[in-house]
Amino acid sequence: MQIDEALIFRLEQLTRLELDDAERQELLHDLNHILELVEQMNSLDTTDVAPLAYVNAASTPLRNDVVGPQATPEQALRDAPRAADNCFKVPKVIDL
Amino acid sequence: MAAPKYRSLAYVQQLLRSGSLCMEQLVAHYLEQIAATQHLNIYVEVYAEEALARARALDVRLAKAPASLGRLWGMVTGIKDVICYQDHEITAASHILKGFRPLFSATALERLLAEDAIVIGRVNCDEFAMGSSNENSCYGPTRNAADPERVPGGSSGASAVAVQANTCLTALGSDTGGSVRQPAAFCGVVGLKPSYGRISRHGLIAYGSSLDQIGILSHNVADAALMLEVMAGPDGFDATASSVPVDAYSALLAPDRPMRVAWFREVLEHPSLDEGVRSLCFDFIKRMEQAGHTVQAVPFEYLDYTIPAYYVLATAEASSNLSRYDGIRFGYRSPSAYDLQSTYKRSRTEGFGKEVKRRIMLGAFVLSAGYYDAYYAKAQQIRRLIHDRFKAIFQEFDFVLMPAAPGVAWRLGEKITDPVEMYLADVFTVTANLVGIPAIALPVGVHPDSGLPVGLQLMADAFQEKALLGFAHHLLAQP
Repeated sequence: MQIDEALIFRLEQLTRLELDDAERQELLHDLNHILELVEQMNSLDTTDVAPLAYVNAASTPLRNDVVGPQATPEQALRDAPRAADNCFKVPKVIDL
Repeated sequence: MAAPKYRSLAYVQQLLRSGSLCMEQLVAHYLEQIAATQHLNIYVEVYAEEALARARALDVRLAKAPASLGRLWGMVTGIKDVICYQDHEITAASHILKGFRPLFSATALERLLAEDAIVIGRVNCDEFAMGSSNENSCYGPTRNAADPERVPGGSSGASAVAVQANTCLTALGSDTGGSVRQPAAFCGVVGLKPSYGRISRHGLIAYGSSLDQIGILSHNVADAALMLEVMAGPDGFDATASSVPVDAYSALLAPDRPMRVAWFREVLEHPSLDEGVRSLCFDFIKRMEQAGHTVQAVPFEYLDYTIPAYYVLATAEASSNLSRYDGIRFGYRSPSAYDLQSTYKRSRTEGFGKEVKRRIMLGAFVLSAGYYDAYYAKAQQIRRLIHDRFKAIFQEFDFVLMPAAPGVAWRLGEKITDPVEMYLADVFTVTANLVGIPAIALPVGVHPDSGLPVGLQLMADAFQEKALLGFAHHLLAQP
């Protein structure tokens, strides 16, 4: 598997990152280098091996459904880059 | 490094009780140490006034209500810049979180504070805990106190140096693939990564959620054991925090029978393993045998697959976890953004550093349509094989011995241009995270050529911290 520039463009879109040409070339080189390492996995036969997503077998415990500590609107907005009228302020999303 | 003036909590509490030391003097001592080691770039923020105020309040309580003092009275600790402390800035060493102040403290930290620990400051790390050298930080690299031209390891590099340079008694780190144990080894301190789920991750900034654990760096096993005992246990804010009962880890019981310890020929004969580290491993094996334990080589055929599987899984989880940094609700927003998409893209592009972007991209790739089965699912299958192999080993053995790293601390800049070389430095640590088992890095001496610290690690089956800590404590206590 070789990652090409078209795939990097697609990954930029998926990850909401944008690279300049020099960064793109560097990343292309780095990812292909890393993939050589990753593809060592192919030499191991894993036929019929069930994937392991989570190591602890115990079921997820449920806590009582009671109201816990909550952030006030002022607290929630405290770290917002921009806020107004008790809301997060974002660039215009809908064109009318 | 000079021997620490205050080498353990037990010793500090003895001095406090005898009246020859008070908490204010203790905190003042550590603040002086912090000032004297600024060239190592350990702390990104020092809570001097707050720590002194807490210390004075504790001194008053000793006089008025000594019975009210918590188990961690006398404990001065530093916290990695990925652990939330209410109303204190936290950044994960990233521009994208500059100025962010969490509304709550991590559960682990809450529990330490409730037992009267004092947090003296917030320490540097690799950005979002991604790195093995502490060089991927928006604050610049932290330096190893044993040789300031060398890295301290990572990602909890500064947590290790904070203890190594005697700026606090213990420090909290986090360990996703070795980020507590590898820097502990490079800095000559103890580094404990508990079982997955032993300590709540609530308030720990997420990197790889199926692998992340908060860990402890300390001068000795006893302090790590007590810190673990206080922090461990279920938490209503983290469904993955285990409800397996918390043992009395701090009892540090000596093994009641000869222990069985396994080591891997594939590891100790690995071409990347430094000769000096290898010989210290065999010295340690001899030491265990002389103490009456059985030590035996067993096969581990998956060693070469651990790093590939780990980096696929960790980056996949990271790409998902780090999608929350969008410039909308908190953190950095690019001033040049003009619409919603450019707000996301420019804020993330300008906010994240190079290694973080690399891992997000790799993670998005292994999860994307057409590649998922070949990479992500394959890595999960390999994780199963490694997991099952370790479970089988623990049917016959109590512990597994491995080096904590293939060599000693390298020079600043030496590996920063080659991500693969940097990733391979984690070859002996990622296994414990993949399997979810506890592992402790122990300082076993200095390298015969360079004189730099060397650490080995012992691993036990999941939730066997009590046996692991007791064994490690008694081994280190023997001459």
